[in-house]
Amino acid sequence: MTSNNLVYLIALPLFSSGFLMMLGRRADKWGHIFATLISASAFGIGAFEFLQMLARPSESRAVTQKLFSWISVGTFQVDASLLLDQLSISFVLLITGVGTLIHIYSIAYMSHDLDRRRFFAFLNFFIAAMLLLVLGDSYLNLYVGWEGVGLASYLLIGFWNQKPEYATAAKKAFIANRVGDVGLSLAIMIAFATFGTVSFAGVEEKVSGASTAALTGIGLMLLLAATGKSAQFPLQSWLGDAMAGPTPVSALIHAATMVTAGVYLITRSNFIFDNAPTAQLCVVIIGAITLMFGALIGTAKDDIKKALAASTMSQIGYMILATGLGPVGYAFAIMHLLTHGFFKAGMFLGAGSVMHGMDDEVNMRKYGGLGKLMPITAITFGLGYLAIIGVPPFAGFYSKDKIIETAFNSEGIKGLFIGGAALLGALVTAFYMTRVIILTFTGAKRWDEKAHPHESPFLMWGPMAILAIGSVASGFLLSSGNRFVSWLAPVVNSHEVEHAERFQPVVVTTMALVAVLIGVAIAIAKYRSDVPRVAPTNVNIFTKIARRDLLQDDFNEAVLMRPGQALTNFLVATDERAIDGAVRTVGAVVIGSSKGIRKTQNGFVRSYALLILFGAFALLATIWVVTL
Amino acid sequence: MSDTPVLQYSFLAPILIVLGGAVIGVLLEAFAAAKRRAVLQLTLTLGTLFIAFLSLLRIRNLTSAKAAMGSVMIDGPTILMQGTILLIAFFAVMIIGDVDNFTAQASAVPGSDEEKSALQAGRQQTEIFPLTLFAVAGMLLFPAANDLVTLFVALEVLSLPLYLMAGLSRHRRLFSQEAALKYFLLGAYASAFFLFGAAFLYGFSYSVTLSGIHAAVIGGTANNIFLLIGLTFISLGLLFKVGAVPFHAWTPDVYQGAPTPITGFMAAATKVAAFGAMLRIYYVTFAEANWNWRPILTVIAIATMLVGSIVAITQRDIKRMLAYSSIAHAGFLFTGVIALNKAGLAATLFYLLAYGFATIGAFGVITLVRDSSGEITDLNRWAGLGRRSPKIAALFSFFLFAFAGIPLTSGFIGKFAIFTAAYESGNIGVVVVGVLSSAIAAFFYIRVIVMMYFADDNGDSLTVVIPSPLTSIAIWVSGGVTLVLGVYPTPVLNAINTLATFIR
Repeated sequence: MTSNNLVYLIALPLFSSGFLMMLGRRADKWGHIFATLISASAFGIGAFEFLQMLARPSESRAVTQKLFSWISVGTFQVDASLLLDQLSISFVLLITGVGTLIHIYSIAYMSHDLDRRRFFAFLNFFIAAMLLLVLGDSYLNLYVGWEGVGLASYLLIGFWNQKPEYATAAKKAFIANRVGDVGLSLAIMIAFATFGTVSFAGVEEKVSGASTAALTGIGLMLLLAATGKSAQFPLQSWLGDAMAGPTPVSALIHAATMVTAGVYLITRSNFIFDNAPTAQLCVVIIGAITLMFGALIGTAKDDIKKALAASTMSQIGYMILATGLGPVGYAFAIMHLLTHGFFKAGMFLGAGSVMHGMDDEVNMRKYGGLGKLMPITAITFGLGYLAIIGVPPFAGFYSKDKIIETAFNSEGIKGLFIGGAALLGALVTAFYMTRVIILTFTGAKRWDEKAHPHESPFLMWGPMAILAIGSVASGFLLSSGNRFVSWLAPVVNSHEVEHAERFQPVVVTTMALVAVLIGVAIAIAKYRSDVPRVAPTNVNIFTKIARRDLLQDDFNEAVLMRPGQALTNFLVATDERAIDGAVRTVGAVVIGSSKGIRKTQNGFVRSYALLILFGAFALLATIWVVTL
Repeated sequence: MSDTPVLQYSFLAPILIVLGGAVIGVLLEAFAAAKRRAVLQLTLTLGTLFIAFLSLLRIRNLTSAKAAMGSVMIDGPTILMQGTILLIAFFAVMIIGDVDNFTAQASAVPGSDEEKSALQAGRQQTEIFPLTLFAVAGMLLFPAANDLVTLFVALEVLSLPLYLMAGLSRHRRLFSQEAALKYFLLGAYASAFFLFGAAFLYGFSYSVTLSGIHAAVIGGTANNIFLLIGLTFISLGLLFKVGAVPFHAWTPDVYQGAPTPITGFMAAATKVAAFGAMLRIYYVTFAEANWNWRPILTVIAIATMLVGSIVAITQRDIKRMLAYSSIAHAGFLFTGVIALNKAGLAATLFYLLAYGFATIGAFGVITLVRDSSGEITDLNRWAGLGRRSPKIAALFSFFLFAFAGIPLTSGFIGKFAIFTAAYESGNIGVVVVGVLSSAIAAFFYIRVIVMMYFADDNGDSLTVVIPSPLTSIAIWVSGGVTLVLGVYPTPVLNAINTLATFIR
């Protein structure tokens, strides 16, 4: 089936973004309202398409729209086409729905910023790019959106670029993402060489005829792309620094939508991973490592946004883990993605609301006792908290519990390991989230005399309240009667596989709840008493390492950055010192006059000519050797 | 009794028209009044290029025809490359037409009273226009040449005017003259290698025509040592022209010293002509000897991409940075040459067109950023340009995106096509290095954009001059072409694909 509305989903926010940029200061007065309305109307289109889709039988729910023929050379055909199926509509509703709420929130949050219009133009641009990412019907179309969201993220992290460290954070995010992007472009090229097409449908059709080696190659490259965009091990280090962006950006891009693009990519490529067991195993391992990694970092952060960012990393680790579990896992991954979108965005907005009331203070050690002064923020944040640690009947319970259960029930010894990791992750999550709650909302006040905490205006707490409702109800709504699993089944080719269940659901649930209780109890025991305003320094080595993000930056610096810089410096030194410099210094010392400088300049040519001569000999020698 | 030589004027028309225009230009220098000379020369040059392009369109459907007794081959790739060169030259001349970039009197010693009085009198060195036309004529002939003698003549006809043009900068003249001299000396050196190689190839095959040499390669009975030496030295001459490592040393110095519009013209058009000739030689003459030259050219491609991208990172001068970037792009183009298949040929032709327009546009923008002592090429001083001239900065960013190969620009389609072709030919190593070095390269392009938009304004006297109408047409058209080739490249790709077949 085709539909003509899909293009407007992308075109509206894209044009609105360009429009606001072009009008410049003239649009300052009404730009934010305009952008919000555009985002809301995109949500309207999405909802309309969703209702239409519901009305159709499940096998004909997908719709497509061909925009134009993008590249057409011989056998290489790429159409700019859009595809809206059960998977993409889930994302469309999340992106436009949460996106609109965050637009509304930002109207108040950014009201004192002179560049509020530009901020909204960037937000609209992000919405357009993200929608293109999930609506593209081929890897190449997805790639355009993939790069677009990377650009939007870069621009928004560095939005307050008057602070150099914020600009550095933006650059760091960009570079980490570029490394991942190399993976995606290589995957596309291998896919084209193997299948002769890069559209999802075309690849899926021909996947059975391809060699396992090619599929594994594509799978691993796609995984590399996912680790970059979704801040997974080993490309995770940018996410913490990305919190330099305004808080609504952290909520929308770095919690609810863009960072989950890797999960989308793997789910969308299910036909490749299902046929490449090695790649799938790597997905599971990366997910398990990251979920522990993020959780451990979360325990040591005093910056409320960085604690939440570590938690995002960990939760996406759960999703990636689930996508690696094969057909049964995809639906649970996406379900956790959706519920996470609600509760994590809600908590980020809550953190923004706290910062708004506390003069942008982010150190939780300088909060304390805010619950009484900001009751609405405390309640909405608390509901998100109950959802993320997985207390029934809140949203996270349904989605995370399913992932732990599926992990435990995967075959062999693997199941015990990853199930154990997921369970331990749940314990640590409960610990660090309880710590955040205690430090921020309960206990004695520890803030400066000049701070005057107050509740945020309606425009800010309204969206928080709506997201809180999502944090409470979305899990039950999606999982009751296996609703979401059967909704997504046509896309991920999952069919009921009967396999021996090692652990009954009730056993897993009990274990998970016990883990959560232990985590909460430890946190309460540890932070019940007075919390020092300055982080203690006489801590053990593990805490120190966790505070330094488990040494991820040190690792990157030592293994990647320094050798790279050394190589560049070496080459430049060769160019300037060995070739130019030798002649220049000798000449300067001997003659040391303007005449001399002219002579050294002649010397340049001589050394260039010498280089050419050596090159000629090298060419000749090599051809000789090759021929012999 | 011998046959009268048949020249086939209609096939040679584009070349002959450009040469004729150049000769008329020289006459104008002698006879036209000094005041009106600039306008007349500019009109004549643009008109000549336009008519030459029309005459090229008349013969576009010819799939193959030999002209001038087999010395010149007019086949599909020739038509495409000549068209690309004429288009690039047309817009480059529009930027060259802004005389503020060129010295008032080239013969005056820099800093002398003579120079000052020439400047005050508003004199202009309008010889730049006929020189450009001579260079263009050589470039048109270069990819069409079907024997080594014609090839050498074309090489010299295109090079000699460029040596002169590189020395005509208005500001920092010593620097410019130094660049010109370096370029001349090294160019002559490389030409000597080329000629030496041609002699060996004659010794190998007793023929100077490409088809004759090809026959000897297939025959395989002749002296192989001569073939190897000849092939090496001929390649060296061509590798020098495109600035491949290790024959690249002249590029940064000359690109930096030459007047910026000339740098843009050189970077864009010379690359087309030189890669055109290289494609013809490797695809037509030495295709069967590819086990000889492909491995070494692969190594050169990898070295060129890496050195260009890595050294560019630390450059502080924008023209020097773009020079290293052009070295890296030569490396990307090599991946298309060594693919040695039709897709590689088509992709290389597309890449040349895309890169040519982006280059003209980018250097066009650089001519606009000045202070009282001329252009500003120090990157640090571009800080905050995005706030002072948002339109120009945005356009420049767009060209940089194209160089970096970001989607929705021509650069992305070009890189994609060229890497796909290389991958299909089984040369996976080159593709991996290519993708890696484009990732490295993206870093320094983006850094310029960061400088322009995010760095603190250092409040110095830098201004962006209001472009002359011609310059602004040229840079906006370049931007438009870059966008269109990125968003809707199908018609161009189709046209290239239909025509891109070499004839022996």
